[in-house]
Amino acid sequence: MSLTRSAATAAAGGNGTGRREPGPRLLASRKPLPPVLAALIARPELGAVVATLAILIFFSLASDSFLTLAGAGVWLESASTYGIMAVAVALLMIGGEFDLSAGVMTGFTALIVGVLTTQIGVNVWVAAIISLIAALAVGAFNGIVVIRTGLPSFIVTLATFFVLQGVDLAVTKLITGQVVIQGMAQVPFYDSIQPVFGSSLTIGSANFYVSVLWWLAVAGLGIWVLNHTRVGNWIYAVGGAPQAARQVGVPVRATKVGLFMTTATAGWLVGMISLFRTSTVQANTGVGQEFIFMICAVVGGCLLTGGFGSVGGAALGALIYGMTFQGITFAGWDTNWLKTFLGVMLFAAVIINHYVRKRATAA
Amino acid sequence: MTEPNPTPTSSPAPGTPILEARGVGKAYGGVVALQDVSMAVTAGEVTCVLGDNGAGKSTLIKILSGAHAPSAGELLVDGVETRFDGPRAALDAGIATVYQDLAMVPLMPVWRNFFLGREETVGKGLLSRLDHKTMRRVTKDDLKAMGIDLKDVNQPIGTLSGGERQCVAIARAIHFGGRALILDEPTAALGVKQSEVVLRSIVEAKRRGIGVVLITHNPNHAYPVGDHFLVLNHGTSMGYFAKADLTVEQLATMMAGDPLDVEGM
Ligand SMILES: Nc1ncnc2c1ncn2[C@@H]1O[C@H](COP(=O)(O)OP(=O)(O)OP(=O)(O)O)[C@@H](O)[C@H]1O
Ligand SMILES: [Mg+2]
Repeated sequence: MSLTRSAATAAAGGNGTGRREPGPRLLASRKPLPPVLAALIARPELGAVVATLAILIFFSLASDSFLTLAGAGVWLESASTYGIMAVAVALLMIGGEFDLSAGVMTGFTALIVGVLTTQIGVNVWVAAIISLIAALAVGAFNGIVVIRTGLPSFIVTLATFFVLQGVDLAVTKLITGQVVIQGMAQVPFYDSIQPVFGSSLTIGSANFYVSVLWWLAVAGLGIWVLNHTRVGNWIYAVGGAPQAARQVGVPVRATKVGLFMTTATAGWLVGMISLFRTSTVQANTGVGQEFIFMICAVVGGCLLTGGFGSVGGAALGALIYGMTFQGITFAGWDTNWLKTFLGVMLFAAVIINHYVRKRATAA
Repeated sequence: MTEPNPTPTSSPAPGTPILEARGVGKAYGGVVALQDVSMAVTAGEVTCVLGDNGAGKSTLIKILSGAHAPSAGELLVDGVETRFDGPRAALDAGIATVYQDLAMVPLMPVWRNFFLGREETVGKGLLSRLDHKTMRRVTKDDLKAMGIDLKDVNQPIGTLSGGERQCVAIARAIHFGGRALILDEPTAALGVKQSEVVLRSIVEAKRRGIGVVLITHNPNHAYPVGDHFLVLNHGTSMGYFAKADLTVEQLATMMAGDPLDVEGM
């Protein structure tokens, strides 16, 4: 053993540099990363945790009603639907893709149910399932086109986004003569489906919506899949290095198509939640929200370049959004500041994420 | 080609090469990249393939690893003539190849990379989940056996040095049943110390009875670890030598494209 070692040493140092004594000790790993960086790599959601606490404290001080039961009910409800979407969008982003049709999907699915039930008289449960199937089909279409053409998903789903946006408005107007669906509450069996997506629990003056439970469930499922299943391992791999993933036998195509379908399913769930909470839906519902989902994911620690991120972080990113959105209102400020705030958060998150990635890959 | 790899009913005679190439050649369209080359991969021995740029080294290992079918000559696995359908077939026969790009995901933890595509799970059905504990332990132990002592197998593999990453790829290939290991220029991009780490892991693989094919430009890397040497020049073999018949200087001379004069031997 020691003989072969010195042979190797001599080999490597064949030009006289191999004078170093080949001791029996093992070669230790290279110099460790700075602790903060190491922690951020191990737990990408760390930044979001810190930001969540900071914002919670900030608005608690800025407004008396923010940190009350009633206040929490308001900002949790606000965060919940963004949270559901952010989890799915984060998984997709870790898998190396974007879905710009994620926002409009929430309106698309709600409108399908609205039109089928109020205009054609389809059973509301059946309509919900038809709507889910339509969402899955659109998700599969996005995925297959991206895989087949090799085009950036940004472009492919931008096209889908515009197509769906047009369909939402035109078809709704064509069938109902308006750009809003009304009369949902009167359709048969409405009372049997409404609680699943739109019910709330009143404690004192506080209202807690069932969507918060959906948010927690979706986040839990996402965390489980990403970190504790084979599919999760594949999601990291197809986003981080698709060529390498293919070489070691990871089903790259199926994983990516599955992720697009997951995002579409999340869009359907949020569509149902908004439809059955308000019993109405606007034809432009969801338009423009796709970027908020992405911001939540990035603030939660996802890299825009894929292969790295956190589902829990994305769920927290949505909480940050919800708290800020409502916190600004509670504090009595101009709500237009929300956008500015989002931009600043995104900027900070992107810079931190970029730095982490550079340090983690520049060996 | 449709029949599966013949599994020898009786184990081959001792000393039978795991993999042998006899007079293989390869032409790409009109370009002859490789012509009449023979070599053998034997358990517990290191065969080095040397040659300048464009000599045909990569072409040869693509044939050995099942990525390309030879246009002439034959391949024998355990002494039985075989045609590989693709890299998968070679892998199933225990012939693992570590390509230069290493097939790794830089931001993924070391242990996730080690088991990527062949994850260990516990539990059944919907409860089937990754066996983090086992995978981390195996990764740590296997790397330690290769002389790499990682404090944390959870760090992204991109934070390891080039030599360490190369060793992870080698350890992975061995762990997943490689009897023969083909390494494509594992030391090409590495400095002295890192090359040393990789060469050491090759010696360790050899000690464990694995047959190694080492492709390299560098006679100083090849000579100390090699048992046999195949030198390629413009797609033809300049000879297949045992170590005893060759000095490192002669090897370097041949690398430069000059045939050995008979007196030199
Ligand atoms: N797919 C291909 N089509 C046509 N010609 C090829 C192909 N692959 C290799 N060649 C040619 O075959 C010859 C041998 O190439 P090969 O890649 O095997 O050399 P090598 O020894 O690996 O070189 P290097 O040290 O640069 O990696 C070269 O002349 C090359 O141009
Ligand atoms: Mg080559």
